[in-house]
Amino acid sequence: MTDERDIGGPRQPLLQVRDLLKHFPLKGKGLPFASPRSAVRAVDGVNFDILKGETLGVVGESGCGKSTTARVLMQLINQDSGELVFDGETVGSRALPLRQFRRQTQMVFQDSYSSLNPRMTIEDSIAFAPTVHGLPPREAITRARDLLARVGLQPERFAGRYPHELSGGQRQRVNIARALALEPRLVILDEAVSALDKSVEAQVLNLLLDLKQEFGLTYLFISHDLNVVRFISDRVLVMYLGQVVEIGSSDQVFDRPKHPYTRALLKSMPSMDPLQRTMEAPLAGDPPNPINPPGGCRFHTRCAYAQTVCSQRAPTFSSDDAGHGVACLRYEADTASLFAHASSEVSHA
Amino acid sequence: MISYLIRRVLYAMPIMLGVAFLCFMLVHIAPGDPLVAILPPDASVDLQKQLMELYGFNRSYPEQFFSWVWRAMHGDLGSSIATGRPVAQEVFKAVGNTFMIAALATLIGFFFGALFGFVAGYFRNSWVDKIASFISVVGVSVPHYWLGMVLVIIFSSQLMWLPATGAGPDGSAAWIWDFEHVKYLIMPAVTMSFIPMGIIARTVRALVADILSQEFVIGLKARGLGEFGVFRHVVKNCAPTAMAVMGLQLGYLLGGSILIETVFSWPGTGFLLNQAIFQRDLPLLQGTILVLALFFVSLNLLVDILQTVFDPRIERA
Amino acid sequence: MSTLQATAATPATSAVTPPAYKRSRGHWANVAARIVRNPLAMTAAVILLALIGVAVFAPWIMPADPFATSMFTRLKPIGTPGHVFGTDELGRDLLSRLMLGGRLSLFMGITPVLMAFVIGSGIGIFAGYAGGFINTAIMRTIDVLYAFPSVLLAIALSGALGAGIVNALTSLTIVFIPQIARIAESVTTQVRRSDYVDAARASGASAFTIVRAHVLGNVLGPIFVYSTSLISVSMILASGLSFLGLGVKPPEPEWGLMLNTLRTAIYTQPWVAALPGAFIFITSISFNMLSDGLRSAMEVKQ
Repeated sequence: MTDERDIGGPRQPLLQVRDLLKHFPLKGKGLPFASPRSAVRAVDGVNFDILKGETLGVVGESGCGKSTTARVLMQLINQDSGELVFDGETVGSRALPLRQFRRQTQMVFQDSYSSLNPRMTIEDSIAFAPTVHGLPPREAITRARDLLARVGLQPERFAGRYPHELSGGQRQRVNIARALALEPRLVILDEAVSALDKSVEAQVLNLLLDLKQEFGLTYLFISHDLNVVRFISDRVLVMYLGQVVEIGSSDQVFDRPKHPYTRALLKSMPSMDPLQRTMEAPLAGDPPNPINPPGGCRFHTRCAYAQTVCSQRAPTFSSDDAGHGVACLRYEADTASLFAHASSEVSHA
Repeated sequence: MISYLIRRVLYAMPIMLGVAFLCFMLVHIAPGDPLVAILPPDASVDLQKQLMELYGFNRSYPEQFFSWVWRAMHGDLGSSIATGRPVAQEVFKAVGNTFMIAALATLIGFFFGALFGFVAGYFRNSWVDKIASFISVVGVSVPHYWLGMVLVIIFSSQLMWLPATGAGPDGSAAWIWDFEHVKYLIMPAVTMSFIPMGIIARTVRALVADILSQEFVIGLKARGLGEFGVFRHVVKNCAPTAMAVMGLQLGYLLGGSILIETVFSWPGTGFLLNQAIFQRDLPLLQGTILVLALFFVSLNLLVDILQTVFDPRIERA
Repeated sequence: MSTLQATAATPATSAVTPPAYKRSRGHWANVAARIVRNPLAMTAAVILLALIGVAVFAPWIMPADPFATSMFTRLKPIGTPGHVFGTDELGRDLLSRLMLGGRLSLFMGITPVLMAFVIGSGIGIFAGYAGGFINTAIMRTIDVLYAFPSVLLAIALSGALGAGIVNALTSLTIVFIPQIARIAESVTTQVRRSDYVDAARASGASAFTIVRAHVLGNVLGPIFVYSTSLISVSMILASGLSFLGLGVKPPEPEWGLMLNTLRTAIYTQPWVAALPGAFIFITSISFNMLSDGLRSAMEVKQ
C-alpha cells in the first residue's frame, strides 16, 4: 500500500538510529559544584535501523537501556550525541522539524493508568493531540470516537468515561487509540502489554496486528517477554547494558542465536515440557551496574564462553549476508580461533 | 551521609543571609523617618545630623547592611533607641524567659498530643478516635490569645488560683524557682501548649494509623508478637517524625510568642517585640527579629540533621 | 492509507456536531457527593453559611447602631433587655458590633488566602513545570520567607508597614505565599513526571498548552484544599494583628480589635469580654472541619 507521506521509498529504513549516547550523570553524592564523578551509561552507542512496515522487537533485562532508548527515539529525552534519521531526513533539521516528526512517531507506555490524565474523559484524551495540531474540536472528537470503535470500545459506552472507570486492558486500548490519533507511521510500544493479564494481552496483541495491517504501521515493540516478542516481531534486537549485542530476523535470533547472552536468555525461558527442566541458571550473577560496566566485552563476566581476550577488547558489531548481526569476539575473524571448542557449536544451528 | 550533612549546613548559609537581609530591609520599608521616635520635635538640624551619624542612617544601604551584619556576628546588635541599653543584652534576657514558657508548652503539648494522637490512631474510626480528633482540631483552631483571656477569667478572676500577668510577684523580672514564681509560669505555658498539642495529635494519629495499616504488622502478629510488642514497634516507628514535629513546634513558639506574652505581660521576646514596634525602636526591632529568625532556622537545621541520623529510611538525595 | 479518511458513513463531518454521549460524573462532582455525606463537614458548612450570611446582611439586620456610645449603658451583661449580648466598654451594643465586625474579620481572613492562592499557585506551578535551575532559584528565594515562623513574619511586616487594613492584608498575603507556592511546586513536579504529560509532550503540544490542559486540572485541586486549611490561621492572625493594634483601627468593629479593647473588662464583665473571641473560635473551627472534610473527600482512592 502506498503512503503519500513516504519520501524515501520502500528500501529506505523508516528510522535510522546512529551512535546514540545518553548518560545520566550521578550528582548529589558529593559536595555541590563538584564535577560528577560517574554516570549511569543508559544508552552507550546504539545503532540500528527500523525498516518500513516491519515489527522490530527489542529484548533485554531490566536496566539494559530499552526504555531510555525508546524515550530518546521519541525525543522525550534528548540524546547526548548521535542522530536519528527518519525516512531519510535528520530529525530536528529544517527538513524535518521536531513537531512534524512528532506527528509521525507515537508511543504507547507500559502503565496504562498513568498514561491517561485522570481528569479527562477518554475521548478528550484521544482528541487532545489532533487539536494541538489544528484539527477543529468537533472533528477531533469524531476522530476520537472512530478510533475508539476501531480498538474495540463502543463510543456510546466509553467515550464519556474517565480512566479509573476502565479495566487495564481497556485503558491500554485507549492508549493505542490515542497513539493513532495523529495517524503516525511509526508506533513505539514500550512494554505495552506487560502489565496485562495473559488473556487480555492476547487480545491486545491481535488488535495491534490488525491495526498494523489496516493503517500500514511500523512497530518498535519493546518487551522482556520473549514469547510475545517472537509472536509479534519480524526482526529482533537484543540489548545488554546500553548496547546492541545481536540483531536479526525472528527465526534467526530465536532458532540460531549467536550471542552468548541471547542463548542464555532463550535457555532461561521455562519450557512447557515437564521433562525438560532447567537444572542450573543459564546466567550467573546479577546484571552488572550500568555505572561501571566491565572492561572489554561487557558481557564477559557472565559469559560461558569468555576467554582472556574478552576482558581486554570490546567487540565490534558486524552483520553477515543474511542480515544477522552480532557483537561478539567469537565471530570476529581475528579472534574466532581463540574460542576453539566453542566454534563447533557455532556451526550447529 | 556526612556529605549530606555538610551540604545541609552549607545550604542554610544563604538562607541565613537572606533572612538577615530581610530583617534589615524590614525596618527600611517602614514609612516615616526612623529618628522621629527619639528626637524632640524642635530638634536642630545639627542634632539630627549627629544622630544620623551615630546610628549610621546617612550611609548607603549596602554599607549599612554589611556593617550591621558584621557587628551582629560579633554579638553587637546596637543599642535600643528607647532605653539606650545594648540590644543584645535585652534580647538574650528576654529569650531566656520566652524559652521557659515555650519549652514547657512544647513538653505539655507533646505529651497530651502524643497521647491523644496515639489513642486516636490505635482505635481508628471509633468514638474514642472521634473525640481525640476533635480535641486536636480544637487545639489547632483556637485563637490562643483568646484562650489566654478565658483562662485568666476562670483562674485569676473567678477562682483566684493563679496570677493574671507578669513573671513574678510585684512585677519583678528576677526569676527564682519557687512556687510563688512557678505560679506565673503555668497559664502562659498551658495556653501556648494548645497549638502544638493539636498539631502533634494530628501527626501522631496519621502516623500510627499508617503504620498499623501496613502489612508487616499483620506479619508480626502472625508470628506471635503480643499487643505490647506491636505497641513498642509502633512507637519506634513514630518517634523520629513525632520528635521532629515537636522540635519544629518549639521553634514556632519561640518565634511566635508575642500574642500570648502580650496577654500575660510575660517579659519575653514577644513582649520586647511589641515594645519595639510601638516605640519604633528600630535597632531593638531588627535585633529581636534577627535573633528569633536565626534561632528558628538553626532549630530547623538541627531537627533535619537529627532526623536523618535517627531515621535511616529517610532518603536524602 | 488511512481508514479514517475513508469512512463512508459520515461524509463532510465538519459541519455536523457529534452527538453528546453521556459523560460520567467528573472528579469534583464525586468530591461534592462524598462531602455531602460527611455530617461534621456539613454542620461546619451550615455554621459558616450562617455566619457569612449574618455578616453580609449585617447593616440591615443589626438590632442597634454599632457606633452609638453611651456612658450610661457601659458593660452591661448578657441578656440585658435591648442588648442581648451586652454592651462594650463604650456602651455600644455588642451584638450589632459582632455582626458588623464579622464582615471585617471574615474579609481579613479570606482575602489574604485568596490572593496568596493566586500568586503562590502561579509561582509554584511555574517553578514546578520549568524544573531545573529556574525551579531551584525560585524555590530557594521562597525558602528565605519560609524560614520565618508565620506569626513573627506577619507581625514584623505589619510592624514595619504600620497599622491599617491594607497593610495587614499585604503582610498576611506575603506570609501565605511561600506556603502555597511550596505545595504548588511539589504537586506540579509530581504531575510533570507522569506519563500522560510525557504523552502530551510527545504529541507536540507547547508547554503552555500542556499546563492549561493537563497540569492545572490535576494540580489546582490539592492546592485549593491546602489553602482552605489556611483560612482559619489567617483569621486568627488577622484578628491577632488587630488585637495588638496593628490591623484594624478603632472605631471599626472587628473581632480581634474588640477583644483588645474589652480586655480591661474581664474582671467586670468577663463573658461579654470573651464573646468576640468565641466567634473567632467558632469560625476557625468550622473552616478547619470543612477543610478536613474536603481533604478526606478528595483522598479516596479511585
